[in-house]
Amino acid sequence: MSLENRVTEIIIDKLGVKPEQVTMEAHFDTDLGADSIDQYELIMGFEDAFGLRIDEDEAAKLTTVGKVVEYLREQDVDQ
Amino acid sequence: MGRLAVVTGAARGIGLAISRRLVEDGWSVAGCDVLEQDLERASAELGDAFSPWPLDVTSEAAVGETAAGIESRLGPVFGLVNNAGITRDGLLMRMSIEDWDRVVAVNLTGSFLMCRAFSRGMLRQKEGSIVNISSVVALLGAAGQANYASTKAGLLGLTRTLAREFAGRNIRVNAIAPGFIETEMTRELPEKVREDYASRVPLNRMGQPASVAAAVSFLLGDDSSYITGTVIPVDGGLTT
Repeated sequence: MSLENRVTEIIIDKLGVKPEQVTMEAHFDTDLGADSIDQYELIMGFEDAFGLRIDEDEAAKLTTVGKVVEYLREQDVDQ
Repeated sequence: MGRLAVVTGAARGIGLAISRRLVEDGWSVAGCDVLEQDLERASAELGDAFSPWPLDVTSEAAVGETAAGIESRLGPVFGLVNNAGITRDGLLMRMSIEDWDRVVAVNLTGSFLMCRAFSRGMLRQKEGSIVNISSVVALLGAAGQANYASTKAGLLGLTRTLAREFAGRNIRVNAIAPGFIETEMTRELPEKVREDYASRVPLNRMGQPASVAAAVSFLLGDDSSYITGTVIPVDGGLTT
């Protein structure tokens, strides 16, 4: 499964949104309706799924689906 | 073994009574305290359901390591009781910044660090209950306890705020405000303060640690599943 698909799956699972809503441009807050704790839980979900720790400063920058994918790719996570 | 709860200040006084009660109720208890000898004694009394974790709650690093250690060795934590507390009494004019800072560090910052460390697991499992041990002096004030009373009032703000932050995640946060309870700590209070308090208690007696423990047991368990963000006085009517 591609990195994009794994990230999308986690987002669908945590936020209960429809697959077609999870575009690479989608913002977690305005487009996907995630409040600040939802976003914290999402970060936790990515950490668990990809076996890494994302510090608070980095997490604050991960505002869109695409930015998460890009960040995880840079971290060279297991796919 | 039952569900796991973490209790700070578990080695003696109210914290020991809370640990005792939770073990009786079927919880497993990870008891944290800086008093290692007292912690060993508690462990000997309470048996396998109680595990001793030496911890200074004012250390961010130590709290983080202990949280990771408890979760990896004992499993997910469903209950947290922030009970660790100290006094450094003195009239305001004579209160040093060291005495102010130390009481804030243990009573307030320690509880913040514990809540932050253990809420992560609770968020993951979408279940948890946190009880912060405040005090009637948060509501009444007490001459000579500017530092202590401020931290105990601060715990009520922490309690109500976390209750709102976590309400949608099935994590409840409540506080208990014990009155004049017979413990090692209240025995250190100035005689004048003791007499003043005792004479104002409508039930006309000092409270026992077990009475506080019973309220903690209620707030930690499922019987209080529709209660969050509240403070329960256990004070013989002192604040009524």
